[in-house]
Amino acid sequence: MKNSKKLSLDGLMRLFIYVALITLAVSIIVPVAWVFLASIKQNKEFYESPWALPEGIHLANFAEAFQEAQMGEYLLNSVLVTATALIILLVVALPAAYVLSRFEFRGNRFINGMVKAGLFINVSYIAVPIFLMLLDWDTGLRTIVGSEFLLNNRFMLALIYASTALPFTIYLLSSYFKTLPSDFEEAAGIDGAGYYRTMFSVMFPMAAPSIVIVILFNFLLFWNEYILALTLMPAENQTLPVGLLNLMAAERSAVNYGPMYAGMVIVMLPTLILYILVQKRLTQGMTVGGVKG
Amino acid sequence: MSKTRSRNLFIGLCVAPALILLIVFMFMPTFEVFRMSLYRWGGFSNTQQFVGLDNFKLLWNDMTFIRSFQNSIFLIVVVAIVTFSFAVFFAAILTKENVKGGNFFRIIFYIPNILSIVVIAGIFSAVYDPSSGLLNSILGIFSLENLQQMWLGDQKIVIYSLAAALIWQAIGYYMVMYMSSMAGIPPSFYEAASLEGASKIKQFTSITLPLVWNNIRTTLTFFIISTINLSFLLVKAMTGGGPDGSTEVFLSYMYDQAYGNSTFGYGMAIGVIVFLFSFLLAAIVSRITKRDVLEY
Repeated sequence: MKNSKKLSLDGLMRLFIYVALITLAVSIIVPVAWVFLASIKQNKEFYESPWALPEGIHLANFAEAFQEAQMGEYLLNSVLVTATALIILLVVALPAAYVLSRFEFRGNRFINGMVKAGLFINVSYIAVPIFLMLLDWDTGLRTIVGSEFLLNNRFMLALIYASTALPFTIYLLSSYFKTLPSDFEEAAGIDGAGYYRTMFSVMFPMAAPSIVIVILFNFLLFWNEYILALTLMPAENQTLPVGLLNLMAAERSAVNYGPMYAGMVIVMLPTLILYILVQKRLTQGMTVGGVKG
Repeated sequence: MSKTRSRNLFIGLCVAPALILLIVFMFMPTFEVFRMSLYRWGGFSNTQQFVGLDNFKLLWNDMTFIRSFQNSIFLIVVVAIVTFSFAVFFAAILTKENVKGGNFFRIIFYIPNILSIVVIAGIFSAVYDPSSGLLNSILGIFSLENLQQMWLGDQKIVIYSLAAALIWQAIGYYMVMYMSSMAGIPPSFYEAASLEGASKIKQFTSITLPLVWNNIRTTLTFFIISTINLSFLLVKAMTGGGPDGSTEVFLSYMYDQAYGNSTFGYGMAIGVIVFLFSFLLAAIVSRITKRDVLEY
C-alpha cells in the first residue's frame, strides 16, 4: 500500500519532469522551425493563420533577398571578415599565450594582468570611442593620402574583432599551455630545435583541442556580431547581421515578409549546421568558457 | 649573451603584436570613455571643452536616463532570478534523473545561444506580432482572447516581453555550465544520502547546491554583465528603445546619445556610470554570496 503510493508519487514526478522538458524544447524548436517555414511562404500566406503550412516551396524569397536586398554581398563580407579575423586572432594570440604561460621574463605578470583586465572590457562600451578614433585617423590620413579608408574597411573590422577577442582567447590558450609538462620543450631543445621550431612544431600541435574550441567560439562571436559592424561600417561593406537589420526594417514597412525570413535563414543556417556537427565539443568547451557577448 | 638576446627577441616578437592590439583597440578606447565623459563635445559644437563633472550632474535630472536605469535593474533582477531557477532545475534533471533523450534536450536547449541577437530579435518580432503573431494566435486557439496583447506596443508590457526573450536566450547556456559542474559530484554522495532516507529535494538542497555554489557565484557576475550587454543589443535590434522610451536600457541610451545624437561627452558619462555600477553590483553580489568552499 505504502509502496504503491510512493511509486505513483514518483511517477507523477517523472511526468512533471517530462512535461517541463518538452515545454521548453517546444518553445525553442517551434519559433526557429517556424522561421524556416515562413521563409518559403508567399506573401499572401502571411495574412492567413500563422500555423498554416506553406502551400509550396517559394524559393523566390531567397532570390529576392540575395539580389534586391544584397544579402549575397553581405554574405561575402561576413565570410571575409570572419575568416580574416580568425586568422589574425590565431596568429597573434597563439604565440602570445605560449610565451606568457611558459616563459619567465620581466613584465610577464604585468602583461598577464592586462589580459585579465581586458576580459572585463565590453565591446558595447567602446564601440563609439573606436569609431571616433578611426574617424580621427581618417581625417589625418586624408591630408596625407588624400582619401579615407579606415571606416567601412573590412580588414579594419576584422582586426578590431580579433583584438576584442584577444583577452578571452589568450586566457583560454594559456591555461591550456600551463597544463603541459616542460619535458617536451627540454626534449626538443636537446634535439637541437630552437625557440621557433619548438613553438611551431611541438607546442602548437599539442594545443590542437584548445585551438578548435577557440575557433568555434570566436566563429560564432564574429559571425553574429553586429554592434561594431553597425558602428564602424556606416556606408558600405556591411556584414550579414547588419544587412538583416536593414532588411527587417525595410520589409516590415513595405509589408513584404518572405525575403525577411529568408534573410534570417541565411544568417542562422551556417551556425546551426556548424553547431549540429560539433555540438559535443562546444557544450563541453563551455567548462572553460567565459561571458557571452 | 647571444643566447639571452635571442631569447628576449623571441619573447618580444611573440608578445608585442598582442600587446599593441590590446592597447590600441581595447585600453585606449576604454581610457577615452573616461576622458571624454569630462568634456562637453558634440551636439552643436565640434570643439572639446573641459567641463569637469557637469555631464554627470546633468544625468541626475535626465528622466530618460533614470528610466533606462530602472529598466536595466528590472531586467537584471528578473532575468537573473528566472534564468537561474530554470537553468539549475533543468541541469539537475538532466544530470541526475535518467531522462530518456537527455542528450537531445541538451542539444536543443543550447540552440538559442548560437543565434545572432538580430535573428533572435526577428524571431521574437514574429512571436509577438499583434495580428499574425504566434503568441496571440495560440491564445486565440485556446479561446483566451482577453489575454491577447500588443506585446511590443504596450508600454506596460513590452519590458516583460523583452525579459522573456532574454531568458529564452540564456537558459541553455547557464544550464550547460551548471551541468558540467554537477557532473563532477561523486554519485556515492547521493547513494549515501538516499540510504539515510533523504528525499530528492533534500539531496538537491544539501548536496548539489552547496557543491556547485562556487560555479553559481561566478555565473551571478555573468548575469549582471551579460544582461546589461544583451538587453542593449536586443533593444537596439527589436524595439529601438520604444514605444516612447519604455524599453530604453543603460547602453542603448548611451549609444543613442553618443552615436545617434553625436553628444559624445554626455554619452560617455552614461558609459562611465554603467561601468562603475556593474562593477559595484558584481562586487556586492559576490560579497553577500560568499560561503566557505566545500571540497570533495
